[in-house]
Formats: sequence, C-alpha cells, structure tokens
Amino acid sequence: MIKKEMIAMLLAGGQGSRLGVLTQKVAKPAVSFGGKYRIIDFPLSNCINSGIDTVGVLTQYQPLRLNSHIGIGIPWDLDRNIGGVTVLPPYEKSGNSEWYSGTANAIYQNLEFMEQYNPEYVLILSGDHIYKMDYEVMLDYHKSNNADVTIAAMPVPIEEASRFGIVVTDENNQINDFQEKPEHPKSNLASMGIYIFKWSVLKEALITLKNQSNCDFGKHVIPYCFEKGDRIFAYEYNSYWKDVGTLNSYWEANMELIDIIPIFNLYEEYWRIYTKSDTLPPQYIADTAKIDKSIISEGCEIYGEVYDSVIGAGVTVGKGTVVRNSIVMKGTVIGEDCRVNKSIIAENVTIEKNCEIGVGEDVPSKLDPRIYAFGLATIGENSYIPSNVKIGKNTAISGKTENADYPDGVLASGEYIIKAGDM
Amino acid sequence: MRAIGIILAGGNNKKMKELSYKRAVAAMPIAGSYRAIDFALSNMTNSHVQKVAVLTQYNAKSLNEHLSSSKWWDFGRKQGGLFVFTPSITADNGYWYRGTADSIWQNISFLKQSHEPYVIIAAGDGVYKIDYNKVLEYHIEKKADITVVCKDMPEDTDVSRFGTVKMNEDGRIVYFEEKPVSTESRTVSTGIYIIRRRQLIELIEKCAEEERYDFVNDILIRYKNIKRIYGYKMDSYWSNISTVESYYNTNMDFLKPDIRNYFFKQYPDIYSKVDDLPPAKYNLGANIKNSLISSGCIINGTVENSILFKKAYIGNNCVIKNSIILNNVYIGDNTVIENCIVESRGTIRANSTHIGENGIKIVTDYNDNGRVGM
Repeated sequence: MIKKEMIAMLLAGGQGSRLGVLTQKVAKPAVSFGGKYRIIDFPLSNCINSGIDTVGVLTQYQPLRLNSHIGIGIPWDLDRNIGGVTVLPPYEKSGNSEWYSGTANAIYQNLEFMEQYNPEYVLILSGDHIYKMDYEVMLDYHKSNNADVTIAAMPVPIEEASRFGIVVTDENNQINDFQEKPEHPKSNLASMGIYIFKWSVLKEALITLKNQSNCDFGKHVIPYCFEKGDRIFAYEYNSYWKDVGTLNSYWEANMELIDIIPIFNLYEEYWRIYTKSDTLPPQYIADTAKIDKSIISEGCEIYGEVYDSVIGAGVTVGKGTVVRNSIVMKGTVIGEDCRVNKSIIAENVTIEKNCEIGVGEDVPSKLDPRIYAFGLATIGENSYIPSNVKIGKNTAISGKTENADYPDGVLASGEYIIKAGDM
Repeated sequence: MRAIGIILAGGNNKKMKELSYKRAVAAMPIAGSYRAIDFALSNMTNSHVQKVAVLTQYNAKSLNEHLSSSKWWDFGRKQGGLFVFTPSITADNGYWYRGTADSIWQNISFLKQSHEPYVIIAAGDGVYKIDYNKVLEYHIEKKADITVVCKDMPEDTDVSRFGTVKMNEDGRIVYFEEKPVSTESRTVSTGIYIIRRRQLIELIEKCAEEERYDFVNDILIRYKNIKRIYGYKMDSYWSNISTVESYYNTNMDFLKPDIRNYFFKQYPDIYSKVDDLPPAKYNLGANIKNSLISSGCIINGTVENSILFKKAYIGNNCVIKNSIILNNVYIGDNTVIENCIVESRGTIRANSTHIGENGIKIVTDYNDNGRVGM
C-alpha cells in the first residue's frame, strides 16, 4: 500500500481582494513576486526542499494561471510516479455540491485525496506567504512533543499583535489559549497559518465539523481540537516571513529584495526557490541605460533608467524612461521618455511613450481607500496606457484605456479606470 | 517528422586553446544562458524530430551533465527520446571513435533499429536556427542521396577552417574541399547533412570495411561524383565556434539587436537546461553599457560591451570591457578586465588587471599573469 509519512495541502483558492486589480484575473498565489517568481513558488519550493514530495494544491478563484504555472510540477521536481503535485479544484458530487466555503471545508472535501496516501501527518499551508522554512524540522518538533497539532508561530511587535491570531503558550510551548485579533493580546506569538496535524486527529475533526458553515482552521478546527483537549504546540519561527496580502506589504516585500544584503536572500546556494521559467535569454542593458539598486530578470531589454525597482522577465524599458521604486511584472513594455514612480505594473501591460505615472498629491482613493493607499499607482495586467498621459497616486487602472479616459490627459490622484471587457 | 537525428559532439579542437581543457566544444557556453549544443537540439525538437542521438567522446563531462535530463528539449518521451552514446568496449570493438564516420558505425544499431526513412546529421558546435523539414523537402525534391546545408560566407571571412564547396546550377555539389589552403569559393559546409537512413547504413558499413573513418573525406568527398550530393543554401544566421576568435565573435554577435531579436524573440525558441537562478541584481555603483547579463549575476562595478554568463559576481570599482565572463566567476574589487574570456568557476583576485593586447586573452584563476599592485 502507498505510504507517505507527511503530505502537504496548499490552500491556493483565495482571491486576495486586498491586492485590488492585481488579482482581478488571477488568484493571489499566482501573482508575480521578486521578478521571476510567483507567490506560490515559495511554499512549493519549501515543500520539495523539506523532502515533501506529495502536495495537493486547492484552487478555486481564477485558477487558469495557477494551473498552467503548476502543470505537472516539473519546475519543483514534483513530477513523481507516486505523489507529486495534484491540483484540486472543487468538484460536483452526487448530492450536496458546493464550492470550497472555508479553509477547513476545502480540506474536508478532499479527504479521499489524502486517504489514498495513507499519511501519518498532514501539513496545511497557505499559498500567499513569502518565507523559507524547513517543514521537516517542524515535523521533528511535532514528533518530539508527541503533539496532535503543531502551529507555526512567530513573534510580532506587541503593538501589532491585535492584527493577528495570537497563541498563548506555557514554558513547554504547549498552547493554552487562543486570541483571534485581540484588543488586549496576552502574547506576541502570531499564528502563521502553517499547521501539522496527526492525520487521525485532522480527519476526525473535519468529519465532526462537516456541517459547520465556512469551516475554517483558525476559527473552528483549532478551537475544536483545543476544547477536546488535544496536545497543541507552537513551533516558534524567527526568520523572514511576510504576508503579502496588501498592496503595501506586497510592494515592501519586493523592495526588501534590492537591499545590498537582503534579509530574504534569493542568492543563497542551498534552499533554492524554483519557478517555471518561460524566458531563458540573458537581459540586454543598452548604452543609454542606467541601473542602480534593482533586480532584473531574464530576457529584459533596458534602454532607460531603473532605480530601486524589481523588474520581471521580458520587460522592455524604453530610452529616456526613468523607473523608480516600482515593481514591473513579466512582459510589460514601457515606451520612451516615461516617468514611473512608486507603481505596481502587472504583467503584459503596454505603456506608450511620454507618460508620467505616480505623480501628484497623495489623495485618498475614491475606489477603495483601504486597498489603494500608500501613494501607489497600480495597473492591472494586460492594460494599455496611451501616450502623453499623467497618472496620479493611489490610482487603479485595469483594461485598455484610451486618451478619452484621461480628461486633459490626466488621471488625478485617487481616481481609477476599471474597464470590463473580455480580453 | 520522418527523420531521426544524430548530433556529432565528440570532437576536440585545439584552436579553442585553454577553453577546450574543461569541456567539449559542443558544451561551450553561448550568449549568456545557452550551450552550443542547445542550438542543434532545439532545432531538432522544433522540427519535430522525435529521436536524437548525441555522440560524445572528448571531455564529455560538462556535456553529459548538461544532457542529464532530456526534458528541457522536450525529448522526455516514450516514443523516441534523447540518447547519449559514448564509445564503449564491446566483444568486437575496443576503439575510441576514430572519426565521425566511425562514431556512427560504432552506433550503427541505433540506425538499424529505427524505422524513420531519413537521418539528419548535425554538428554540435553550430549557432543557428533552421527548420530541418525545409531541408528535407529540398532533399526529396532534388532526389538527392545526400544534402549538405551550405552557407555563403562574407568576403572577409577566412574560409580555410571550413569545408568549401561549389555547386552547379541545379544545386549539385561539384567541388568539395576540406580546409582548403586556397579557394575561390565562399560557400562553406555547415556540417548539417540529410541522408536516407538505408543509404547511410550502406555507406558507413562500406567505410568501416575499408578502414576509413571520416564522414567528410571518406564519404562526401570520396563519393562526390558517384552519389547525388546536393547543397542547400541557408541564408539566415549561422556561425560555428571552432576557434577562440570565432567563439568570441559569435558571442559578441548577440549584442547586435537584429541577432538578439532573431534568436531570443522570434519563434521558435532555443531551449536550454534550466538553472533556477534568481534575477540579476544591481547594487549601488553598478554601471552597465551595451551588455548581456544573465540570471544569478550580482553587479557592483562597470560592465561595457561584455557578456556575463550565469552567476558572475562583479566587485566594487571593477571595470569589465569587451569581455566574456563565463559561468560562476567571482571577480574581486578594483579589477580591470579588457578583451578577455574569463574561464568558468574562476576567482579573479581583487586589484588585478587582465588585458588582452594582441587578440583575446583567456583568463583562468590559476593564471596570475598580469597581476599588478598589491
């Protein structure tokens, strides 16, 4: 019989609505990160680097990009005869068909997938965090505590603790209390949404809670296990971990990669991060180019100036253009004589010549001030920006825009253009 | 595709000087991210050839490493696939490959056990894109026994390192000389041939019987008047890397926009082994002009008119000009490198100077000539 000691279940179905136009057409785990990567590459690479060769990826929201990125798992060596990577979308059943209504519900609907590997342990991961972690060390810790559940947790500044799910531990790191986004946190250990379960414990909990609506790990499964008296431990993690759930944290995490010696170092020999590489050729840096403090991916052609920026594969930066403090994703073409400041420009965008992006006053967004803030200009994938326009701060653009969309050639700060349209 | 492929990648080349100490010519790094054999292999896969044998012999370690998985060129198939044949001692043979024809003869079972009617033979050291289907169409149309892909070289090329040919109006080759001392012809053989499989088996077996071992001299030139040998003129980019100068120039060609565009942007692509290196990183003080930079590089200094292969580290205040830095080289601070090829996996000490004055200088980390200061 097939036997895998530990398998991983990777939750990748969320929209990530706080990333605004970046996730209009793609699931958050499939959003580009750090030039050539996508966010899901980090947990997938952690899996294979930790010796986990069986991974179920749960997809739901806009899965096309994710599906074609994962394929049969070749980039992560997850193309296996037994195990490997399996994409698990919601499916129709003879009765009671439903979407994945919560993190634990999604896992519950795939009990049969897990059962066929006859695992001892199941690792639950989310597809939207940037970090390097050896799950094998966490498993050793789980075993040595004879734990039923182990939750990875990291210390956060106490004043920020009220934004997280907080765990309170005793001297042996056994968890004796939980607080979900508490006003008065009793500890600064925040749950990272990474769990190791004994398979028997997980299975029992999911079946018991199967009628719980929107069944969620943090809200339902962990409290259920806790009340039942299961042994729950916190595994303290002290290295780089970043939730890139908001445009600002996403932008910051990218910018941290360009420091001289980044805290999160992609250049280390061991613990490589793997991704599907569509583009192989080297990048061309022209006579007219100037580059400082940036990372630039394969196949780019840089004729202009790039400072403090992260540039994805196959991007063209035209002559006379200056890009600062920005993220430009795969396949985007920026024409000549543009100024791009503190912007996030998604994949395959075309910006015609002589545009200014990210200029003007810092006016709150009229579309959604909680999403489009921090002075960022955000342009969704496959957008088109005509020549000679000015685009302000806290703006959002998605779709093929034309000069008529810009009164007097300007999209003022806080404004937005969201065009529907099929392609 | 009704053909199988054979890539001849066994040769050594003394004209590559120190660069050939480490690897076979077919494994020479090209254009930042590729190796020479990637071009022949990608052309095979893009022409839908499903079964390819690579014949290796000289210094094959790098090449075998590069070919350790066939998936990069889409040859990981149940039907066909990629076969790497090194010489082996058998009950009735104890020789190395004594020549190109001999290398095919020693693997004649590969030909006999295939069923495709044609064979494409290509050298492993050419940099080009071609659709072999077009050559095959021509071969069939001319009812040729052998078709040789040829290229007209520009006036200023020294053709004495090539096989030169002359064709009649119909395209039939009437003159063929290998590495001529003097010749009027500017048309050279690219080392790419198409031949019917049964015909090839027959010729190779005949050759072996007569103890002849070289494909060009003992088949093409010897049978020139008996067999219908045709030339197919190729008019797109073709270069081969048989000397240090041609290797340097071929790489530098990729700094030209039209050539870069032809190979990197136009369909179909050239494939290579994927290394999973991070994007290139430019720190304060980086100053790059007209250069190709590959993934995994970290740059703190000046780089002009140069090609940096994967994982080059350029220290502070370095000046790299008109040079090729091969894979995985660490260059210490304040180093000056001009007109050089820096061999792979090297560490170039800080504060050193390497300048190629009469032609291209090959720099290896055990080569301390030219070190000044400190």
